[in-house]
Amino acid sequence: MRSLTCDVLVIGSGPAGLAAAYEAKKHGAEDVLLLERNDELGGILQQCIHTGFGVREFGEDLSGPEYAWRWIARARSADLRVLSETMVLGVDHSRRVVASSRALGLVEILPRALVLAMGCRERPRGALAIPGSRPAGVFTAGTAQRLVNIEGYMPGERYVILGSGDIGMIMARRLTLEGAQVVAVCEILPYISGLRRNLVQCIRDFDIPLHLCTTVTEVRGRDRVESVIVSRVDEQWRPIAGTRQEIPCDTLLLSVGLVPENELTRMAGATIDPATGGPVVDEGHGTDVPGIFAAGNVVHVYDLVDDVSAAARIAGRSAGRYVRQGAPEAGQRIRLRAGENVRAVVPQILGLAALEEGPVVLQFRARHPVEGPVRAELVMGEGAGARVLLSRRHRYVRPAEMVTMSLPPALAAELAAAGDSARDLAVRIIE
Amino acid sequence: MPDEREFICVTCPVGCSILAKVEGQELIEIRGQACQRGEAFVREELTAPRRMLTTTVRVRGGKLPLVPVRSSAPVPQGLLFALARALRQVELSAPVGDHQPVMLNALDTGIDIVTSRAVEACEGYEEKPGAGT
Amino acid sequence: MYDVIIIGAGVVGAHIARALSRYRLRILLLDKATDVGDGTTKANTAIVHAGYDAKPGSNKARLNVAGNALFEQVCGELDVEFDRCGTYVVGVSEEDRATLEDLYRRGRQNGIRGLSLVGGPEMRSREPGITESVTGALFAATGGLVDPFALCYAAAENAVGNGAELLLETEVQGFLREDDAVVGVRTNRGEFRSRWTVISAGVHADDLMRAAGLDGFTITPRKGEYFVLDRAARAQVRNVLFPCPTPVSKGILVTPTIHGNVMLGPTATDIDDKENLSTTPEGLNEVLTGALKLIPGLESRQIIRSFTGLRASGSTGDFMIDAPKERPGLLILAGIESPGLTASPAIALEVVEMLREAGLELQERAEYVPLRRGIPRFSQLSPAEQEALIARDPRYGRIICRCETVTEGEVVAACHGAIPARTYDALKRRTRVGTGRCQGGFDLPLVLEIMARELGLSPLEITQKGGASNIVVRRTKEVAE
Repeated sequence: MRSLTCDVLVIGSGPAGLAAAYEAKKHGAEDVLLLERNDELGGILQQCIHTGFGVREFGEDLSGPEYAWRWIARARSADLRVLSETMVLGVDHSRRVVASSRALGLVEILPRALVLAMGCRERPRGALAIPGSRPAGVFTAGTAQRLVNIEGYMPGERYVILGSGDIGMIMARRLTLEGAQVVAVCEILPYISGLRRNLVQCIRDFDIPLHLCTTVTEVRGRDRVESVIVSRVDEQWRPIAGTRQEIPCDTLLLSVGLVPENELTRMAGATIDPATGGPVVDEGHGTDVPGIFAAGNVVHVYDLVDDVSAAARIAGRSAGRYVRQGAPEAGQRIRLRAGENVRAVVPQILGLAALEEGPVVLQFRARHPVEGPVRAELVMGEGAGARVLLSRRHRYVRPAEMVTMSLPPALAAELAAAGDSARDLAVRIIE
Repeated sequence: MPDEREFICVTCPVGCSILAKVEGQELIEIRGQACQRGEAFVREELTAPRRMLTTTVRVRGGKLPLVPVRSSAPVPQGLLFALARALRQVELSAPVGDHQPVMLNALDTGIDIVTSRAVEACEGYEEKPGAGT
Repeated sequence: MYDVIIIGAGVVGAHIARALSRYRLRILLLDKATDVGDGTTKANTAIVHAGYDAKPGSNKARLNVAGNALFEQVCGELDVEFDRCGTYVVGVSEEDRATLEDLYRRGRQNGIRGLSLVGGPEMRSREPGITESVTGALFAATGGLVDPFALCYAAAENAVGNGAELLLETEVQGFLREDDAVVGVRTNRGEFRSRWTVISAGVHADDLMRAAGLDGFTITPRKGEYFVLDRAARAQVRNVLFPCPTPVSKGILVTPTIHGNVMLGPTATDIDDKENLSTTPEGLNEVLTGALKLIPGLESRQIIRSFTGLRASGSTGDFMIDAPKERPGLLILAGIESPGLTASPAIALEVVEMLREAGLELQERAEYVPLRRGIPRFSQLSPAEQEALIARDPRYGRIICRCETVTEGEVVAACHGAIPARTYDALKRRTRVGTGRCQGGFDLPLVLEIMARELGLSPLEITQKGGASNIVVRRTKEVAE
């Protein structure tokens, strides 16, 4: 088996991998190798032909491919090594990676630091256990997107879309512009799960019927989908009797959530946070396996690609520094928990030594929307007696929109002084 | 009496909720926008809404059968379908360049449609004279 | 003129074709579906039963035990994965203890070795995730796991390799008769004459019997709904676990699959429609509730797929294996429900003997090859073997299905096998492409392209499972306006 070494190996060349590799190189790693399973770099961006990317990263409204090629150009200018059409088969805790490709056969790669940037995947029909028959014509929205935009084939003519995730809404517009009919978008929640701008420019602009508190309760059809049955649901998401309605269609698209892709992370032995589906990371996006870092959507699923790149830069920087200096002095480490109306917090671990050096941004999501002024707080202790360390106002919170909170370095001293009682802090959102 | 209307700004991914007091097409009062582009967006929504167009066009002899294209600036919303239909008739010949013009001054909007990436030619493909549009 | 026509290319029909292909005979195996194993074979519990629960003296008991004993040989010859891991029936109450003892006695009566009763604490140590209320279990060491489709496909492929003919998408519409005798079949592809006709048609056997003028046996399709869980659920399930059967139901079991997933099910609901493979909210709920009684820690978010199978439940409660005197030339297999998969190799040998006794001349063919080699399964190979394979054919280096680690080489090989995969589902069953946690989300566009290329078709012509089940319907830019 051919064996390669490098300073930093990055698995995946989507928005996270490109940014992490570029940043690792900038921060001290000489020899950075980027591994990609497709024949070209950019990952899922190449099929996301809509605009809305790059406003933060480049100050311009770019399409997915444009955003990808900007980063690919950066990667080229930084002289990164690239191995494309190569898929990783396994990783272990010592960072030994085995990959496979047509050109090289099996390759062993032994990097000094490893960045995981595999992204996320879509939840399929099976995960929802939608009853009914099993005809052709049920696709995840992203698979349909690839078929329509890259392969050049339409999966159907008359669509029902289940779920109001961004890819689903964007595909509603895309399919409509390609001459197909989208007859319904159903969302089980009382609010859409994607960005509100997509509700306007993808759904309302095209008069596509949106049904909230509604789900698909049966798929019908023998060979191809012939119709779906949709039902309204109660507060516990249970179908309400008597609300069944049959909608004739030939295709059901699913946009019901993205899950961080963490098979390799598990193989490497990193601890997974059940709340995010991604590895537990520290403020530098390092996992609990030394020398293994996690970048972008493998940690938790972001709303915006620019934020994926930003988060991946942190992981890339840490990997570069790890190669240069080894593991940093951790100092006191604090566990961050999700408190009231918070689903999960990233990073889960905060090192005070790192906080002293510069601000650390916490990222989290609300469990429930609050359409009015709220406060996001970092607290010590529980309930009414909790000591509030930091409080930030927000005009609203929505589960679809990530909330961030920047911790100032000055907080480090306060936490150090609090000693053991500050070992475990919570983030909460209160009205 | 002015109407109060809610807009969701689509200019950037933040998607501000903007409340506007409107009389006819006139904007009386506006709040909720996080930046100045929000007001411009609402004014445009009241008179002539515009949207970015993104779609694909066919490529002959390319490594990919389609190339993604975009409008260089937002186009009148009412023209989205007409533009998409017109672009369906277009076929480019590989190799296709990045930001290659696909349709200049598309449907007299003053806005160009350009590719949003390059597509290499398949090995062995040679452009025949007169091919492409 | 054929010597034997076999109607139905399920696991039983495929084994019969294979068993007959060692003799100098012209054999025709027919199926109305687009692929072999498309009925009960492709959707069942995938367990090689020990045989303790069949009524002593019944065909089911005899053929279960005989079939079970053949699995090492058959799977070895056919290159099919088989794991004789043993199976458990789990008791959770005092009454269950008595049931377990009954099953133990019945198993001994059926001549089964390797049965033992296990106490509650011992069972907990063997299956740490099991319910706290476990009182004991019956362990059957001869039980095992197999991939039923793989077994059927391998047997059919081996039969074809030995000269049997296979016609798919061929539906029998009636029988050719000379007086009382059956002398062939009439199908959508024309008439085929034969000396012997074997009905091995699963849930449709009674319809064919009626078409041959034989009444008195009916088959009720009994629906079984299942869940498949992510490989990660294997951490919670070590063994094949049956609940204690009750008078109304055999209950919902929890079992690993030979491919490393976990499967839950089945329900048991008698229905009328032999084509109804839909899942229901009630059924799926019953599966989950039942499974949680055995392994309370199972998580519903591990579910990656649900499906339904139909058992061919016969009116006599036993397998019917008969060459009725009033229809010379016809041999009937009906009511082959569980343990039909386990019994299938033994049923085939019995059919051969019945035909011999009825006067069919069986001359061994010198060129008969009982061995068959399957498509290399990249994910199951050692790194050295993987390297050698890629060196021989670089397409084995390209991973097409990331969840199950299936390569382009395997997909290509399946498209060109002795029984080529012509639909996405056929490919899925041969290679496991698209059966993992993303359920084809990643591989589908790649597979469409490869299948179209290898089969000389347009992606527009590739179907999921034949008929009008096309996956894509037009080119993006070709709109009828």
